[in-house]
Amino acid sequence: MKQVFARPKSLKPAATHYCPGCGHSIIHRLVAEVIDELGIQERTIGVPPAGCAVLAYNYFDVDMGEAPHGRAVAVATGIKRVLPDRVVFTYQGDGDIAAIGTAESIHAANRGEKITAIFVNNAVYGMTGGQMAPTTVPGLVTTTTPGGRQVNRDGAPLDLTQMLAVAKGAVYLERVAVSDPKHIRQAKKAIKKAFQVQLDGLGFALVEVLSACPTNWKMDSITAWQWVKDSMTKDFPLGVIKDETGYDAGPETEAGDDR
Amino acid sequence: MTKKLMRGSHVLGEAAVLAGCRYYFGYPITPQNEVPEYMSRRLLEVGGTFIQAESELASINMVIGAAMAGGRVMTSSSSPGISLKQEGISYLAGQELPAVIANMIRGGPGLGNIAPSQSDYFQATRGGGHGDYRCIVLAPASIQELADMTLQAFDLADKYRNPVMILGDGMMGQMMEPVTFPEPVDPAKLPEKDWVLDGAKDRPQRIILSMLLDPKILEAHNYKLVRKYDAVRENETAWEMTDCDDARLVVAAYGTAARIAGGAIRRVRQRGLKVGLFRPKTLWPFPAKPLEELSHRVRHILTFELCAGQMVEDVQLAVKGQAEVKLYGRPGGVIPTPEDVAHQISHYYYGAHLDEEGPGGGA
Repeated sequence: MKQVFARPKSLKPAATHYCPGCGHSIIHRLVAEVIDELGIQERTIGVPPAGCAVLAYNYFDVDMGEAPHGRAVAVATGIKRVLPDRVVFTYQGDGDIAAIGTAESIHAANRGEKITAIFVNNAVYGMTGGQMAPTTVPGLVTTTTPGGRQVNRDGAPLDLTQMLAVAKGAVYLERVAVSDPKHIRQAKKAIKKAFQVQLDGLGFALVEVLSACPTNWKMDSITAWQWVKDSMTKDFPLGVIKDETGYDAGPETEAGDDR
Repeated sequence: MTKKLMRGSHVLGEAAVLAGCRYYFGYPITPQNEVPEYMSRRLLEVGGTFIQAESELASINMVIGAAMAGGRVMTSSSSPGISLKQEGISYLAGQELPAVIANMIRGGPGLGNIAPSQSDYFQATRGGGHGDYRCIVLAPASIQELADMTLQAFDLADKYRNPVMILGDGMMGQMMEPVTFPEPVDPAKLPEKDWVLDGAKDRPQRIILSMLLDPKILEAHNYKLVRKYDAVRENETAWEMTDCDDARLVVAAYGTAARIAGGAIRRVRQRGLKVGLFRPKTLWPFPAKPLEELSHRVRHILTFELCAGQMVEDVQLAVKGQAEVKLYGRPGGVIPTPEDVAHQISHYYYGAHLDEEGPGGGA
């Protein structure tokens, strides 16, 4: 019988610690599928963040080096500069990349570090128990925004990916969501392209993935994922934010395959 | 090898390159800017990587990454910048990564000033960042020793998979002295590291981390570090004793302070005072045992530091109350002259009647 579905080689046969309805498992799987499809498992090094995905090294079957909170792209820079022929990716949450690690993110992008950043935006600090994130949208109740985020009190959500667009070394930035099968396929295409950018040595690539945190949003899974589609995308509209890869004109449009 | 006249900051950079260091990540801060400037040129010549990072935080984290990937890597800074690097240094220790960090100390606290100081002794020798760990801390007192210790620092870092700190100051960085360098180390010929992250090809995945949520596992990891530190203490403690054989008073000082103390001791010896110098070359591990042994026959120790008194606590711990320990500390970046120190020595010496006959003077 033909096998039509299997666990990606780059994903270990381990049950994750993620909450029911969380998007991390889907995003892990997409990254692992991309690593498999590009045939780079043996030369990929991942840098997990501090946050819910800190244990990602228990799930990805590639070399992994843990970074201090917010510093993943700086750690990845160090790895990549020593081993330029390896593939280095970071996997970071919104607090990690867009609050404490803002400076590192902007400057790694600006230097055009040849790394791939996977930025999971779920609008909340998950691991620490649901505090406000830089990406918390107005009105969302968190443990540190009583009554919901108020722009005049707590500031407006920060669109880091849009900020990175002005960085000259950032060649590919796209925002996707993993809210339904159609968007999940879209997300995978973007992730694959972001790895291809690195393989082609073009510069810094980042994919922002909108995800749900039903636990800390205090919603059931279905409501949470609907909320990603209906509400989060208002502040964080999906789509390509910057693309200077030139892939559409060239033969490397394979990254755009709908697999 | 021929002798060259070189500035301390350049010697630090050149010795690092000769040691096989090919990666340097830094951020400007006075008084050590000549180090990144030198490395930016020199690493280009040898095919290495220099990045002027956006902050000390970024630079120490680039150091972490380069160390994970197996490179010989260094950063340097001065006091406020070293404070910013402490988070990363704690990770280096926890993740057991080798790296060399140079601190050209300036006056503090806060922004302080840019004059030479030794006020970061506690920070350097007690870990500095969070958690139960130690850095190996080397304290050169001459430009030649700065070169030698820089080379040694990379070997120690690799041997123990631990951060090594070179503790200097602005004077050490600016001072020019003749120096002889050894033959360069070829980084390609260094022993292979069987723990680095370079892609899981024909081997299982490797993970480098410091988060160990299970208290029993973290305790075991901490005890593993303790055993490592015990081995460092056993094998690597270094010190120098000068004129201690007949001494009735010994000055304990390191680095620049030891240089000044040496000049002071020459002066008081000419006046007939029996004074020696005890100079720790490693500040952690501190040479407590030899100092304790010395305190069995020399009952008076004057600790001289360019700060308000930090190493003096290690001196007191070492001698276990067997000798009287006094402090001459000058904080704020003030550099006393050898004559100033000679005056302090004489004052102590005669005040304790050490010029009178009898074993150990008037002890």
